[in-house]
Amino acid sequence: MTREEIIKEENLVYKKTALFTDKALSYCPGCGHGTVHRLILETIEEMGIQASTIGVAPVGCAVLAYEFMDIDMMQAAHGRAPALATAVKRLNPDQYVFTYQGDGDLAAIGTAETIHACNRGENFTIIFINNGIYGMTGGQMAPTTLPNMKASTCPYGRDTAMMGNPLKMTELVAQLPGTYYVTRQSVHTAGAVRKCKKAIRKAFENQKLDKGVSFVEVVSNCNSGWKMTPVQSNKWMEENMFPYYPLGDIKVPQV
Amino acid sequence: MAKVQGAIVINIERCKGCEVCVGVCPESVIAMSKAVNGKGYHYAEPINENCTGCTNCAVVCPDGVITVYRVKI
Ligand SMILES: Cc1ncc(C[n+]2csc(CCOP(=O)(O)OP(=O)(O)O)c2C)c(N)n1
Ligand code: SF4
Ligand code: SF4
Ligand code: SF4
Ligand SMILES: [Mg+2]
Repeated sequence: MTREEIIKEENLVYKKTALFTDKALSYCPGCGHGTVHRLILETIEEMGIQASTIGVAPVGCAVLAYEFMDIDMMQAAHGRAPALATAVKRLNPDQYVFTYQGDGDLAAIGTAETIHACNRGENFTIIFINNGIYGMTGGQMAPTTLPNMKASTCPYGRDTAMMGNPLKMTELVAQLPGTYYVTRQSVHTAGAVRKCKKAIRKAFENQKLDKGVSFVEVVSNCNSGWKMTPVQSNKWMEENMFPYYPLGDIKVPQV
Repeated sequence: MAKVQGAIVINIERCKGCEVCVGVCPESVIAMSKAVNGKGYHYAEPINENCTGCTNCAVVCPDGVITVYRVKI
């Protein structure tokens, strides 16, 4: 068959979800933020909840998420997304609510908001993009920066004796009784993307049960901050980030 | 003989030339163009007819610029 014969509406197997707006994503080439946006929107589309979902965007590279996602959204002050989402969900308990936060947002300035929302067992979904760095502001060290990893504020690498050890927020919140489902995923290969999509779907479906926070960390790349090509950054992530931040479910609902 | 045949369509103007799709294609269908798009990026393009429509490239593309078609033959 020729290309022209194959490229017909009835043979379509994959296209970008219509829940994206027409705006081009502001992210650097190859950045995982775009992929995670798409998985969230595909989930919302497949669940048929476009009109009953409210997202909370962070401060960080994803500050403009509301420009790209064609759903109701708010944008919180830096790190405050779980506090805002708490209000949104408590006032609109029949809506699906999620936060979308980077590691600087969720694990540095927003540590208190994250831990207390998880400890209170708020009934929303947290999507946590861990790229081990402050991407937006020029690649400064984050609480999640790996030992010896270079960043603009630790140009010789993170010295753990002086700067402390990377914070595993996901393992930490899994200890709290208020979290219902806690998992760590990635989006750098086709298989990883498909798994991550399932985790995000579960994290949204869980809101029907009113059992507490569903928390999905996505270990992602920041090729600009890491000063690598996108393909190199994905390889570096596999070799360096995954040993410290292993992928997989950390807390699954007991049935 | 393949039992399915696929084809991809890339939105060239929205491609950022990240090359993430190239390595995930099991059939080595995708390569980067010599030409650049309006933003100055070398864009991804299909270079042969070996596509099986597996969707790997489309699901990893951070900008969602790949559309995939597949037929049984
Ligand atoms: C109250 C406040 N403090 C500091 C900043 C500066 N600032 C903007 S984004 C950011 C860090 C973002 O890092 P992260 O959350 O990891 O997001 P990424 O860009 O890596 O996705 C900081 C410190 C700010 N905007 N507001
Ligand atoms: S700076 Fe990093 S996190 Fe931000 S868009 Fe670029 S690659 Fe992505
Ligand atoms: S759909 Fe699969 S076979 Fe076709 S170009 Fe994409 S990755 Fe390659
Ligand atoms: S993954 Fe997408 S943006 Fe990157 S080169 Fe391929 S088609 Fe272009
Ligand atoms: Mg970050």
